[in-house]
Amino acid sequence: MTAALEFRDVAKSFTLHLRGGAVLPVIAGANFSVAPGECAVLWGPSGTGKSSLLRMAYGNYRCDTGAILVRDGARVVDVATAAPREVLALRARTMSYVSQFLRVIPRVSAQDVVEAAGREGGLSEGEARDRAGDLLFRLNLPERLWDLPPATFSGGEQQRVNIARGLIAPRPVLLLDEPTASLDGQNRAVVAELIEERRAAGAAILGIVHDAAMREAIGGRIIDVTRFGTARAA
Amino acid sequence: MTPLLSAHGLTKTYGPRIACAGVDLDITEGEVLAIVGESGSGKSTLLSMLAGELAPDAGEIRYRDREGRVRALGAIGPAELRSLARTDWGFVRQDAAQGLRMAVSAGGNVGERLMGLGERHYGNIRACALDWLDRVEIAADRIDDPPTRFSGGMRQRLQIARNLVTAPRLVLMDEPTSGLDVSVQARLLDLIRRLSGELGLAVVIVTHDLAVARLLSHRIAVMRAGRVVETGLTDQVLDDPADAYTQLLVSSVLAA
Amino acid sequence: MSDARTFGTDAHPSPRLRGEGRDDLVVGAASPKGDGEGGAVGGAFSGELPHPRLPPLFADDDVGKTLSPQAGRGDAAYNFAYLDEGTKRMIRRALLKAVAVPGYQVPFASREMPMPYGWGTGGVQVTAAILGRSDVLKVIDQGADDTTNAVSIRRFFAKTAGIATTTRTGEATVIQTRHRIPETPLTEGQTLVYQVPIPEPLRFLEPRETETRQMHALAEYGLMHVKLYEDISRHGHIATTYAYPVEVAGRYVMDPSPTPKFDNPKMDDCPALQLFGAGRERRIYAVPPYTRVRSLDFEDHPFTVQSFDRPCALCGAEGHYLDEVVTDDAGGRMFICSDTDACETRREGAQ
Repeated sequence: MTAALEFRDVAKSFTLHLRGGAVLPVIAGANFSVAPGECAVLWGPSGTGKSSLLRMAYGNYRCDTGAILVRDGARVVDVATAAPREVLALRARTMSYVSQFLRVIPRVSAQDVVEAAGREGGLSEGEARDRAGDLLFRLNLPERLWDLPPATFSGGEQQRVNIARGLIAPRPVLLLDEPTASLDGQNRAVVAELIEERRAAGAAILGIVHDAAMREAIGGRIIDVTRFGTARAA
Repeated sequence: MTPLLSAHGLTKTYGPRIACAGVDLDITEGEVLAIVGESGSGKSTLLSMLAGELAPDAGEIRYRDREGRVRALGAIGPAELRSLARTDWGFVRQDAAQGLRMAVSAGGNVGERLMGLGERHYGNIRACALDWLDRVEIAADRIDDPPTRFSGGMRQRLQIARNLVTAPRLVLMDEPTSGLDVSVQARLLDLIRRLSGELGLAVVIVTHDLAVARLLSHRIAVMRAGRVVETGLTDQVLDDPADAYTQLLVSSVLAA
Repeated sequence: MSDARTFGTDAHPSPRLRGEGRDDLVVGAASPKGDGEGGAVGGAFSGELPHPRLPPLFADDDVGKTLSPQAGRGDAAYNFAYLDEGTKRMIRRALLKAVAVPGYQVPFASREMPMPYGWGTGGVQVTAAILGRSDVLKVIDQGADDTTNAVSIRRFFAKTAGIATTTRTGEATVIQTRHRIPETPLTEGQTLVYQVPIPEPLRFLEPRETETRQMHALAEYGLMHVKLYEDISRHGHIATTYAYPVEVAGRYVMDPSPTPKFDNPKMDDCPALQLFGAGRERRIYAVPPYTRVRSLDFEDHPFTVQSFDRPCALCGAEGHYLDEVVTDDAGGRMFICSDTDACETRREGAQ
């Protein structure tokens, strides 16, 4: 496999036991790959399973059938069937996921949240501190906020902390779920710049970006999700 | 790698009532495993069996000791079992009065395990107790106060210090945050997460609070009526629950 | 005079009550008629069972009337040393086990005795079980031979066993004690019987008997040091001054009964046999002769005994344990030997 990330005939549906076992089809027959140094954008109207694909790649959602292959150094891991410990190892070394929502332990400062992600991603303590400061600075997070827990921040501020956290460690696969949804133009440009830096450094990037300008700025190849089938209700 | 602790087919019944049925789990260093479920689902019974305090009716627990030998808990004599429980393991209880000596000062509570290991230098014990009180954010000038004068959150932090002072490898926690104010809970969760990460502990935490499980644990096991109905990555089980009961549990949580 | 606590931090025990009228004591006036058997520990059983009932003992025994009017004289006499032979054998079995496992608390079927708990029912049963006809008994309470409790117990045995009694430590073969070890060094062949209120040294911190038994079984004695740690953290030094815990023969941790820690060194390598009886708690334990008895401590807070900054006001002895005695209503007080025999012996020698 030369791709950094590859979906092979992936299908997913939700079985809603609380609604009498109703099956909600999400996606079927998803086949695509992202190469190192490539940026790809999942495209399609809402409800077509873009977010689910991204979450499946990260192991946050289960995959019913098919394989989701991630290159992890010399080996390839199928996230669809990997044991929890393997997925955790993959997240620590290989994959970053930047969501729209920040979920952190209360009471931990913004700087610490970002630094901790750097250390978990293999940076030394010093590197993590330097890079965290650098990222928060570039993302225009006012320095007076760095020592405060992000729970008290505005949506845009929280999102920037989240981006810094997702980008601090140089992981080869980057999954982005609307990373700029609540940012202003200036900060979007910074994010686009950061993403481009990571791409140029060889990361494979798969994202959901609704904003056309942002999509253009990161120069992503479009993957049309509507061309995949939808899983049939059982 | 061999897990630090693994359980196979753990079963415990009280007359006709099934407390635990065929539970399998394993945990290794640096991992936090959450066991969630309603009260009466068998979580605490399971924890007592893992701690060696309750003998299972069927099934086996294996523990990898410091020499790397994998031992069946049931085959370890009571003397060694108690010694393991005082040194290699920790048990943070829901009710601090059960996990602490309420008539003994904070320093004495932290120092007890050291004295149990044969430490006979008062100055060293005192210094170690001060260091641990600091690590769990209890002011040094409270070292001679008994836990009866501590708040609920402080008592739990003292329990943690008392347990971690011998550098255990496995820490079991039974609802450590329940009954605490939300802000106090957050502080405790942060502390548990930080220490378990720094010290590379294996932690099994029993909780009925899914938010606690999400914040602290890597993996989760959902229990119902004595059985594990679903297990896996914590965020996967909570965000994409497959089992009917887990879906009910997840959907029953009040969003903050 | 009941024993309510095991641990205390008083600098001195409260002043004892001096018994009235020492002239009344029946010293060495025992009847030779007592012909019971005894000497269980280390001695042979006589084999003359069942033991015959004893004839009346003393013509001058007024204490006996008070204790048990119907039994004092005439034909309703007691078995030798009050207890029946079956009970004595049961206690001797417990004693043998206690001697075999130094410091280990052996349960025994404690009997009701004609005195309240806290007045030495455990010690009295042990004494009753080991007394032989030729024994000479001394009884002390807080070091004194003349307190009510000591006098009563001595008379009790003089009456029920007809044995000789004494106040002289050197003359006694059996010494029953509450709260002291005599200043005069004990010798081989002597037996010291302690009255014990609470035999479990771990009880203060661990109320569960099932748990303390486990701790003894597995020699988990960290908790005992927690008690000493608490002392130092509160008082800057180990403030436990009596019932100071000891480790016996390198194995069991034992409560030496509420003797002052001043006496602890006397227990170590002692030529006499030391027996402990707790009546209410139904436990017997022992320290055989020449056994290592070590007081627990910390490396940086080693065990020390009390020292007194003055000699005894009566005999001038230094190095004796002193009691503070209030002498008048104007706050006058003096420090005198708690061991009345040692004090008197010195004074006699000085005359």
